[in-house]
Amino acid sequence: MKSLKELEEIRNRVQKQMDTRKTGSGTRIVVGMATCGISAGARPVLKAFMDEAAARELTNVEIGQTGCVGLCSLEPIVEVYKSGDNKVTYGKVTPEVARRIMAEHIVNGNVVNEYTVGSLEQNNN
Amino acid sequence: MEFYRSHVLVCGSADRKAQDMESLINEFEIKLKEQGLNNEIKVIKTGSLGLFDMEPVVIVYPEGAYYANVKKADVSEIVSEHLLKGRIVERLLYKKQTQTGPDNLDKLQFYKKQTRIAMKNCGAIDPTSIDEYLAMDGYKALEKAITTMTPSEVIEEVKNSGLRGRGGSGFPTANKWSFAASVDADQKYVICNADEGDLGAFMDRGIIEGDPHSIIEAMIIAGYAIGGTKGYIYCRIEYPLAIERFQLAIKQAQDYGLLGNNIMETGFSFDIELRLGAGAYVCGEETALIASIEGQRGEPRLKPPFPPIKGLNGKPTVLNNVETLSNIPQIILKGADWYSSYGTEKCKGTKVYALGGKIMNTGLVEVPMGTTLREIIYDIGGGIPGGKKLKGVQTSGGFVPVDKIDMPMDFDSMSSIGTMLGSGGLIVMDEDDCMVDMARFLMEFMVEESCGKCTACRIGTTRMLELLEDICEGRGKEEDIDQLYKLAGDVKKASFCGLGQFAPNPVIYTIDHFRNEYEEHINNKKCPAGHCDIN
Repeated sequence: MKSLKELEEIRNRVQKQMDTRKTGSGTRIVVGMATCGISAGARPVLKAFMDEAAARELTNVEIGQTGCVGLCSLEPIVEVYKSGDNKVTYGKVTPEVARRIMAEHIVNGNVVNEYTVGSLEQNNN
Repeated sequence: MEFYRSHVLVCGSADRKAQDMESLINEFEIKLKEQGLNNEIKVIKTGSLGLFDMEPVVIVYPEGAYYANVKKADVSEIVSEHLLKGRIVERLLYKKQTQTGPDNLDKLQFYKKQTRIAMKNCGAIDPTSIDEYLAMDGYKALEKAITTMTPSEVIEEVKNSGLRGRGGSGFPTANKWSFAASVDADQKYVICNADEGDLGAFMDRGIIEGDPHSIIEAMIIAGYAIGGTKGYIYCRIEYPLAIERFQLAIKQAQDYGLLGNNIMETGFSFDIELRLGAGAYVCGEETALIASIEGQRGEPRLKPPFPPIKGLNGKPTVLNNVETLSNIPQIILKGADWYSSYGTEKCKGTKVYALGGKIMNTGLVEVPMGTTLREIIYDIGGGIPGGKKLKGVQTSGGFVPVDKIDMPMDFDSMSSIGTMLGSGGLIVMDEDDCMVDMARFLMEFMVEESCGKCTACRIGTTRMLELLEDICEGRGKEEDIDQLYKLAGDVKKASFCGLGQFAPNPVIYTIDHFRNEYEEHINNKKCPAGHCDIN
């Protein structure tokens, strides 16, 4: 049972956590895990991110899941929120691409351009 | 053997930078000793990695941080910030030339024309976390409704929003709630129809899997509005992930006291039970669904009486579609005026569509009511792959031919051209799709799903399928087209429920718009789309 006051406290605390720009530290990686994502192969991608974070002993990286963002044809979709930066959305991510994202983008700040949704959309047309 | 928690590789080519390399490594060893880290961290000198302009390069493992053009003066910062505190020194990282171009979803053409209300939280929150739902103003609408509004004020707000049933009926939601509220009964029910069965439709699945709490919150609000304390979610069994999300969300809401007795200390109680379908399309029809919950065979019942007057167990029952419900919390929180600012005069709000078939961007899109099919297909959907010619778009139970794609997509405009908006599934068809085969495919589904209760549907769909199969397989006769058309009309008029009433639609619209394809199959034993294998 949560009182109205407790619910409000949860709202404020979690709102801050979810907004990495305001908290000014750390990275959030969110993998799309609805049926569209899972059937396109999101589970191995999630695992690859978790394995890489462990192998690289990264303590300020949060890895989570979310629902269908709507662009099902580009699943598995991964969104990277790095404190202070705009979010980057990747599409058609494989475990291999996940490892590249971890090494190049998360650790070294270089977006993996070929796999951003913008590049994928451009290359389609 | 010593154990080092971190390795620092200092990379440079042999000759010119030899002295720099030595002084760099020395500096590392001095600074590490100063910080007491020299036993935990190993500094290794290696050769060049090839990027001469970047040297000296320093790579720190296990993270893999790649520092370029490192000078002796930078070492102190790397040691105290990165190696001691674990904070990568961003300014020293090697930066590739960045490409211009949209790198996130919000900048894509796909999203620019969308207005996400029902799907607001999908992709923004972790659907397994009630806390994240709360952080996005979750359960604030419930608080507003049950602590500051009366049940009739809640219904009034929904009425003013103009919300109409998103499952395909387009029936004003507030009217349903109002009828149920007006009946005196010792129990009333709220049912969520999550038995999404229409072909090509997966909007509800996306909403449930991405934001299950919005449905729960809406159902509690509905219960409050009509004066009922029990809700059921009827979810099709073919959606295992959606079922899992619902189960977890219900439990979380119960744990937080948002379901159960005395919610938010108002004295109002409401609880929800999840029921699973068993693979029957007909159970998407409200009275068949109710029969199924009662433990009866899923067969539709006579209306009137309508469920809001006499439904589940003979009590007033409000049955709403998933997408309809997902709009409710925001309507209550942000107000009817906000919601009705979207859409057209008679069709307010937005609609979620499932784009499928011959289209570049398959997926779920949400646009204001009244957006044209042309915008959906070309501006948002990315057009037809391979530059093929559009034939038309199938909606659930209807069809929009290519010459009508500038019609606004809403309930009334669609009826005005003799078709229907449906629940939101859109299957785009191009020049390579055979319309006769499509009619056959859909009829095959209907024959399978017919519950058998009424003769017109049970026998009519079977006979129509036989005629369609004959035509597709080269056995068609000239009189078949008219016979098929008449049969379709009769089945439509005489069927007991929506399944039989809408099953003939594909036959009717394909003959109306593509009679020539039927004639080609019959007279010339040829499939103009090159699809059917006719001998």
